[in-house]
Amino acid sequence: MTTKEQEEDEVIDAARRCFLRRATTVVGGIGAAAASVPFISYWLPSADTEAAAAPVKVNISALEPKQQLTVSWRGQPIWIIRRTQDMLDTLTQLTAQLRDPDSLEDQQPIYAKNIYRAIKPEYYVAIGVCTHLGCIPNYRPDVGGISPDWLGGFYCPCHGSRYDLSGRVYKGVPAPLNLKIPRYMYLSEQEIVIGEDKEGVEST
Amino acid sequence: MTKKNSLFTWIAARFPVREFTKQHITGYYAPRNFNFWYYFGSFSLLVLLNQIITGIWLAMEYVPTADGAFASVQHIMRDVRYGWLLRFMHTTGASAFFVVVYLHMYRGLIYGSYKKPRELLWLIGMLIYMTLLLEAFTGYVLPWGQMSYWGAAVITSFASAIPYLGKFIMVWLRGDFTISGVTLHRFFSLHVIAVPLVILALVFLHLTALHYVGSNNPDGIDIKEKKDRAGHPLDGIPFHPYYTLKDFMGAIVFLIIFSIILFFAPKMGGFFLEPDNYLPANPLQTPEHIAPVWYMTPFYAILRAIPNKFLGLVAMAAAIALMFVLPWLDRSPVRSIRYKGMLSKIAIVIFVVSFIGLGYLGIQPVSPLRSAMAQLFAASYFLFFLTMPFYTKYEKNKPLPDRVTA
Repeated sequence: MTTKEQEEDEVIDAARRCFLRRATTVVGGIGAAAASVPFISYWLPSADTEAAAAPVKVNISALEPKQQLTVSWRGQPIWIIRRTQDMLDTLTQLTAQLRDPDSLEDQQPIYAKNIYRAIKPEYYVAIGVCTHLGCIPNYRPDVGGISPDWLGGFYCPCHGSRYDLSGRVYKGVPAPLNLKIPRYMYLSEQEIVIGEDKEGVEST
Repeated sequence: MTKKNSLFTWIAARFPVREFTKQHITGYYAPRNFNFWYYFGSFSLLVLLNQIITGIWLAMEYVPTADGAFASVQHIMRDVRYGWLLRFMHTTGASAFFVVVYLHMYRGLIYGSYKKPRELLWLIGMLIYMTLLLEAFTGYVLPWGQMSYWGAAVITSFASAIPYLGKFIMVWLRGDFTISGVTLHRFFSLHVIAVPLVILALVFLHLTALHYVGSNNPDGIDIKEKKDRAGHPLDGIPFHPYYTLKDFMGAIVFLIIFSIILFFAPKMGGFFLEPDNYLPANPLQTPEHIAPVWYMTPFYAILRAIPNKFLGLVAMAAAIALMFVLPWLDRSPVRSIRYKGMLSKIAIVIFVVSFIGLGYLGIQPVSPLRSAMAQLFAASYFLFFLTMPFYTKYEKNKPLPDRVTA
């Protein structure tokens, strides 16, 4: 190597170096991001888990007045309660004590956005999971059971959240939202399907 | 002072991050004449990383029970998102690990990297190799196919050749009177926790020893003898940026080849994943043809070549044990094959032919001709080691250069 070549060698082209470093970082970063896709996707529900999350059919013909039926859908308890006229009458008396009496929050399909929070007032269908931290509230239809003015409803044993017989949350309790109503529809007078309605299947 | 620098200064005052970087990366001087063969150490680390990450992910969906194992692997392959990809990354990675480790060991063999002062470095490396065989074997059992089951049956039966205590040790290893779900579950625990921890600890020791004695090089001469005024070896260059960039480049090429195999030939025609392992384990029937995965076949061929149960196992153990004592068998005054005499060169060729020949024969079914060939290769394998003290001592070597050659 001649002296002249050596001198040229020792001049560092900083701009060129900077460009190369940035280009390598960008291309490498895109590669790393792409490589992370399989590892992140792996944690999503697998095909068999999704298959197990399919809608379930429930026969409600044997349900007695005031009785609660619990079925499992996607590992969650789904309550079906046959409400009496007395129970339905309590719903109009509580408006002032409820956080969201008109169900303005998106916690139900449009056909359950009424004070009964149901398609047919007689049959109440809900996901029995407290909107506070995921415990399962108890069904307490006994009037005066939780407090002297208790008209019946749901009471969460974990942190004392209260809901009325339509699953509407009371003011002054930790739970922020009404109980979630899943998509459902009547296949006949006796049979309903949970997790699916005319619009389609509940998203995962 | 920028915010980033002030955080760095805060840490540097409390943790030797600058000293560590200088000692092991920017101020670690490696010989300037590294060639192709010097890629395989860093590739081993890359594959180790791949095995650990994909292994952690696989363990999330794998079920280590006799009833659930086989189905859970099929569940990973069919139902879990990208499960097929992560599993094939892990199985291809297992074979890739042995490819790069064998080439790394071959590099050490031809350039005399095991010779003084690197004997301990070589011994730690050999321990990594042994642990890796154990890791590969325990992992191979987990899919609970026919080859898993019968591989575990054969290998744990090795213990039964031990005089007096053999039968007891075999039952102790299995936790049952035959290979069963109990064996599977403990192998799972060893495969995902115990052995990986040992491997990581050994890799740490391997690198610590390497950075203490310094890397050997293709010329096998000591670069620490000639230093500039700053005390850096004249024939040395800082590991960073020179070798980090070289290894980065190599890693890209390696990953391209790895991906081609991963996506187009993950089973490698039965060499990486054997067809019989797609049948669930059946304790009542052995597959027609049983052979270990390719990376264990040279030793398996030695085992089969000796027509005596106990002596066969002794020969197999000796074949590995001889690699451990290599630093004390080589009595040559020079390290690298470049300057060793003709006898050493012939010996290495014989060794490579024997090792590959044994590996091939270990895959094939037994026949009288193949048995005789296996005996011949086993003999030449052992002679390579056992005659080494003589041919390395008396052969005529070439003169060593003053400085490393480009």
